[in-house]
Amino acid sequence: MKLARLIEYLISKRSVLAVLLLVSMAALVLVDIILPPAYTRFTWDAIGGFAAFFGFAACAALIFFSRFLGEKLLYRDEDYYDDHE
Amino acid sequence: MITSDWLHPSLVLIAGTLVLPLLKGRAMQAWMVLLPLAVLGTLWMAQPGEHGQMAFLGMELVTGRVDELAMVFGWVFGTVLLIGAIYALHVNDRVQHVAAFLYGASALGVVFAGDLITLYVFWELMVITSVWLIWRRKTEVSFNAGFRYLVIHAVGGVVLLAGIILFQFETGTTRFEQIDVDGPAFWLILAAFMINAAVPPLHAWLTDAYPEATVTGAVFLSALTTKTAVYTLIRGYPGTEMLVWMGAAMTLYGVTFAMLSNDIRRLLAYHIVSQVGYMVTGVGLGTALALSGSASHAFTHILYKALLFMGAGAVIHMTGRSRLSELGGLYRYMPWTFVLYLIGGVSISAFPLFSGYVSKTMIVEAAAIDQRAVIWLMLVVASAGTFLSTTLKLPYKTWLGGDSGLQPREAPWNMLLAMGIAAALCFLIGIFPGMLYALLPGAVDFNAYTMSVFLKEMQVLLFTGLAFCLLLKYVGGGPKISLDVDWLYRRGGPRLVGAVGSAIITTDRAIRRTTLEHLARLTAHVEKKHGRDGKLAKSWPIGSMALWTAIVLAMLLTVGVYRG
Repeated sequence: MKLARLIEYLISKRSVLAVLLLVSMAALVLVDIILPPAYTRFTWDAIGGFAAFFGFAACAALIFFSRFLGEKLLYRDEDYYDDHE
Repeated sequence: MITSDWLHPSLVLIAGTLVLPLLKGRAMQAWMVLLPLAVLGTLWMAQPGEHGQMAFLGMELVTGRVDELAMVFGWVFGTVLLIGAIYALHVNDRVQHVAAFLYGASALGVVFAGDLITLYVFWELMVITSVWLIWRRKTEVSFNAGFRYLVIHAVGGVVLLAGIILFQFETGTTRFEQIDVDGPAFWLILAAFMINAAVPPLHAWLTDAYPEATVTGAVFLSALTTKTAVYTLIRGYPGTEMLVWMGAAMTLYGVTFAMLSNDIRRLLAYHIVSQVGYMVTGVGLGTALALSGSASHAFTHILYKALLFMGAGAVIHMTGRSRLSELGGLYRYMPWTFVLYLIGGVSISAFPLFSGYVSKTMIVEAAAIDQRAVIWLMLVVASAGTFLSTTLKLPYKTWLGGDSGLQPREAPWNMLLAMGIAAALCFLIGIFPGMLYALLPGAVDFNAYTMSVFLKEMQVLLFTGLAFCLLLKYVGGGPKISLDVDWLYRRGGPRLVGAVGSAIITTDRAIRRTTLEHLARLTAHVEKKHGRDGKLAKSWPIGSMALWTAIVLAMLLTVGVYRG
């Protein structure tokens, strides 16, 4: 089970990994801001870091919207369909 | 179906499957691996052109049309049959194996069908073979789900047949090319294709039934039915504007409902809906790049989705549990399944170097070139949602997260091998997309590995990850199910029937009651007027009646005497 140990090791170093990841994310946005856009088919193509912002917003929106939808409308107990079938 | 230069792959598979029930143990296992290999070999030898023509009721059937589009799907179907067979080697249930291979043969039959009649026959065969992959789970839940699956597809089949008949009336041909007629034939055939492509609101058969299928059967199911439908849409309905919007809506529908799913395979099933949405959008856009994107996304999707279903299936096989709320901390016991699943995850999420990246970005790019801003934004939201639930939420709650106390063993070697092959292919296609692009009809004028595509995709993905980490405690879930369109026929339908039934009963009662009341009143009225003590009866004494009768008789007598 060497692979399990490797995963364990990675998990124990998660703060280091997180910092590395955050640094590379910042680098990505920075590069996107500095590099002139390859094309401007949409207005937001010219805005550096738009994709980062939009990805974050989309994820947050999905988390809250789906939860709202579930709790207000769609969630049922697991045995909801049992008595009918 | 056989000529010197043509051997139909479906025929090879069906003939080989007939032998399967006679074999046991190792011989059966060897046969299960050899059969898909034989199919791949047959595909290798297939020559472009039209083969296997037959006359049927005055119509010419073309059972084998071999062109690049058909071959793209042929290759990936053959490959996934091999992977699925290896994954199922440990299963000692011949019915399932036979069903899986015949199902594969039917899907290949659809793809190589040159006319709509042949297509229809294989289309229906797909339904009746695939349902056994659900039923052989042998639970009441899967039996019922299988039945609903059967009924929906039976309706779809009737719609398709009606469309084909009308199409034949209007055009005088049954050849399957782009469907360019106006009127009901166009819409009926499209509706049947959309049912199988699981376009909401016609999708619930999929998310209802796939999670209830057997562990190994779900792998075949995830690959074949929806992708044959994508093939028929690419062939029959390229550039249908409506599909652009329906596809984009599909991507969002799938990711939203996946967030609500607690069952791991239901979550993945919603992501079939979502991913097929990209392909449907591509079909609707209809440009060469978009259609190439749809075909190649179908190809990559089959492999990574099979991988994801295999990973989730391995967890179910080893733990007996399928709910996120009952899993957690499995990385210590099933690390290989975890890592292989993650490869499927990064592939579906379209991380650079993995297969989804080279196909999905093509469809998104095609939308951008077409200046479809809203569609583009919708597709990007779906990208974020795909990464969020398949690659962050599901693995986190299954392999990491809180410890569930489960200590399963690692999945058996054949499952890991099958997943390993699929993972290797996902990686290979990601690194060498040229190999996939070479299969496509027409040259592909697209490079996924440009700075602008890379930057956009990576930003979306990594910041989705950031949002997930920050908002983890708000991510919903728990031991719940969520309603979907299938409620209409599981609960709404019975309720409607019940309501209509009781309405009929009350109306009937009311009508009877009022009628009886009226009758009673009428009788009473007649009784009052004409009865023994009624007004009119007063002038009817028997004596006077007798007198008057006597008078009349006397008059008649008198008249009679005169005449005489």
